[in-house]
Amino acid sequence: MATIHLLINGHTYRVDVDPETNLLTVLREHLDLTGSKYGCGEGQCGACTVLIDGKSQRSCITRVGSVAERPITTIEGLAHGDHLHPVQQAFLDEGAMQCAYCTSGMIMSAVALLEKTPTPSERAIIDFMDGNICRCGTYSRIIRAIQKAAKMTQSPVAKGADQ
Amino acid sequence: MSAKTTIATPMEPERYELRAAAPYRFDLDRRDFFKFLGAGIVVVSVLKTAVVAQESGGARRTGESLPQEIDAWLHIGEKGKVTVFTGKVEVGQNIRTSLSQAVSEELHVPVEHIELVMGDTRLTPFDMGTFGSRTTPTMNLQLRKVAAAARNILIGIAAAQWKTDPRHLVAANGRVTDPQNNRSSEYAALTQGQQLMQTLPAEDPLIPAVEWKVAGQSTPKVDGRDFVTGKHRYPSDQQLPDMLYGKVLRPPAFAATLVSVDTQEAEQMVQKKWRGNATVVRDGNFVGVAAPTSQAASAVLEAIHPEWKSEPQISNEELFDYLRKDAAQGKDPSGDGDHFETGSVDQALASADHRLKQTYTLAYIAHVPLEPRAALAKWEGDQLTVWTGTQRPFGVRGQLAEAFHIPEDHVRVLMPDTGSAYGGKHTGETAIEAARLARAAKRPVKVVWTREEEFSWAYFRPAGVMDVTSGVRNDGTITAWEFHNYNSGSAGIRTYYEIPNQRIVFHEVRSPLRQGSYRALAATANHFARESHMDELAHALKMDPLEFRLKNLKNERLRAVFEAAAKQFGWGKSKGPGQGFGMGGGYEKLGNIATFVEVNVDRKGGDVKVVRVVSAFECGAIVNPDGLRNQVEGSNVMGLGGALFEAIEFENGKIVNGRLSQYRVPRFTDLPALETVLLDRKDIPSVGAGECPLIGLAPAIANAIFDASGVQLRALPLVPNGLKIS
Repeated sequence: MATIHLLINGHTYRVDVDPETNLLTVLREHLDLTGSKYGCGEGQCGACTVLIDGKSQRSCITRVGSVAERPITTIEGLAHGDHLHPVQQAFLDEGAMQCAYCTSGMIMSAVALLEKTPTPSERAIIDFMDGNICRCGTYSRIIRAIQKAAKMTQSPVAKGADQ
Repeated sequence: MSAKTTIATPMEPERYELRAAAPYRFDLDRRDFFKFLGAGIVVVSVLKTAVVAQESGGARRTGESLPQEIDAWLHIGEKGKVTVFTGKVEVGQNIRTSLSQAVSEELHVPVEHIELVMGDTRLTPFDMGTFGSRTTPTMNLQLRKVAAAARNILIGIAAAQWKTDPRHLVAANGRVTDPQNNRSSEYAALTQGQQLMQTLPAEDPLIPAVEWKVAGQSTPKVDGRDFVTGKHRYPSDQQLPDMLYGKVLRPPAFAATLVSVDTQEAEQMVQKKWRGNATVVRDGNFVGVAAPTSQAASAVLEAIHPEWKSEPQISNEELFDYLRKDAAQGKDPSGDGDHFETGSVDQALASADHRLKQTYTLAYIAHVPLEPRAALAKWEGDQLTVWTGTQRPFGVRGQLAEAFHIPEDHVRVLMPDTGSAYGGKHTGETAIEAARLARAAKRPVKVVWTREEEFSWAYFRPAGVMDVTSGVRNDGTITAWEFHNYNSGSAGIRTYYEIPNQRIVFHEVRSPLRQGSYRALAATANHFARESHMDELAHALKMDPLEFRLKNLKNERLRAVFEAAAKQFGWGKSKGPGQGFGMGGGYEKLGNIATFVEVNVDRKGGDVKVVRVVSAFECGAIVNPDGLRNQVEGSNVMGLGGALFEAIEFENGKIVNGRLSQYRVPRFTDLPALETVLLDRKDIPSVGAGECPLIGLAPAIANAIFDASGVQLRALPLVPNGLKIS
């Protein structure tokens, strides 16, 4: 057991936990942040994706001890109040979900992609997102949503509307 | 058709659907309703006995004394709030939205003002379960009738208040209006102080599909915002104060028995480390633990030392021989399973110009719902409440009552909208496990299966062997058709091609693996064999596969989808090197599908890429075009897995590839270009769309691979390790 400080969505949380515990378990069981999902436990499906230092990581295979005092963003921290992140809004607009269990992880991966590559090609989206599984098969809609979010983020009109 | 038509055994539409216990009987007492719902208006949908019998399938009852059965009700409260209660559940097929649309359309209130309470065994009427693409043809229609009746009651109240003829009044946007006298009243004002209850009239004027305004339009997922923000709580996200996490000891092989178990070390750990804040349970073959975190539960579980005894079991290499052999060891194979016979197949085969005999197989596959099975159980005295992801909350309630020897009315099962199922969540294992642990721990316990548990301890889509023997005339007329299916099931087994002489037999087999329902179930297997065989016949006759199909097909709805897909695909165009085109289609769950596929085969490396999929689908009047498109696209993506590479490998009672790193499912890089043509038949009642679109894909891909390479593949998955071209 160790005391670990986690910086999640702008808040500091203190948890007493074995540093070997995976981050996903800490988020879900210790902090009741259940938006990040368990799908496989081996980093294969992407349902547990969070941002650490702005980069997408699989929280199910990330030791909590390795992310102490580093900024972590989960799906719960993406919207600003009632105002959705453009990627969240684009997923809604494009109906890019069915059961939506993969959606948090998809959105977090997409945010990381657009952070790195603001206007990705379709090929770049497919390659970057390949580690995220949507078992319902909504991939083509997710691609459209990411393209739409890229446009929303780029467009000065959309930025203005953000205010 | 021959005059000698006989049907030995009526074919069941679905053999493997797990049956629920006897339907719940609800006494119609209006006081109960208002006590529970508050004042206002209630419209109760009562199923006619004939409908009940049809819905409950094998659990059919006979006799005239059937009680009236309720399948849904709608309440409009004093504040105008509309709440609909249905036992159907949401697993991503989007019925929370499409059913809201149906109500919105008839009641004339915006979709966002309607709340659906779904799959809560205490609050909603009994429902067999959400499977078999039955929601749209049954529940959608019932709710539309219920909402229409509620609208007429509201108009009636307004007419009485205003002392006018109800025919002069109009309902729109949550209000009743009298255009002649410029009067208008909100529904909320009309329901004030009322306690009106109506059971559904037998015949109500419904809005014809051509006049639909809300239904028939694309409507976004009603609670979509909760999903993109991570706010929605799936079954595995449920929490209660003082809750423990449960883990269950699994045998090393299927059907293994527990010889002995040493729990001493685990018990000590519970006492020392968790100071009694954890529990070890041994009850017959069940061994499980509950602890404050899942990690702690795993640690305690590892300190348990069991000794198991298991018997040798067959492995996937021997599977197909076994399936045939086991069927032959049964009783008379023709009387054992389902049997359909017409004309004289043997004579027709003897006199045919060409005969073809081929065998097709398919492997067991797993559902892999991204959310594994999960349940949270809580006891209050002998009252049990369980939140769990299941397509059959009432069935699971029955299983819990049985497991704990308590009456069903002591059990409440709630089904939060769940992370998919695909036919894989009909049973209540996790619910029973969580409840058993919670009873011992005297605290709520949550059990969430790991992906590995999900792969081994759920159930699979049945594997199967299909033998097809056919006879054709030189002009392309099929004269004889003999079709045997071993184990995979009888859904979609009958041919829709016009063939005068047929023998179609389903052979039931003792499956070596636990098997059950799966999206489209046996229709995938039977269409794969039939539609592959159709192409093989066309090739033997040197006929175009489309022309050959249409020559033998009279069903106009099916012809229409084949023709529409062919047109969109550009059937008949010339192809480049490595390119191949193929088709498959059929009829299932009252829907019609034709799927045309373009593949690219790398002849050197053996890579097969499905480049483009064109589907034409017709399921009657379309309720939500975008939701429907989403279902067709999803069926094609999910279907790619079973068609190309998904297969469960097993050896001596163990699943060998039971992890996502070992069992390949379709990913972004597998995605073909998807084009969907929807045929909107406003003159035909709407039917479900979650299953039928899957069935044409596998044969279309097999036929396209043959077109590209000259290699005819007859086993699903087709190319788990790429294509070998010799």
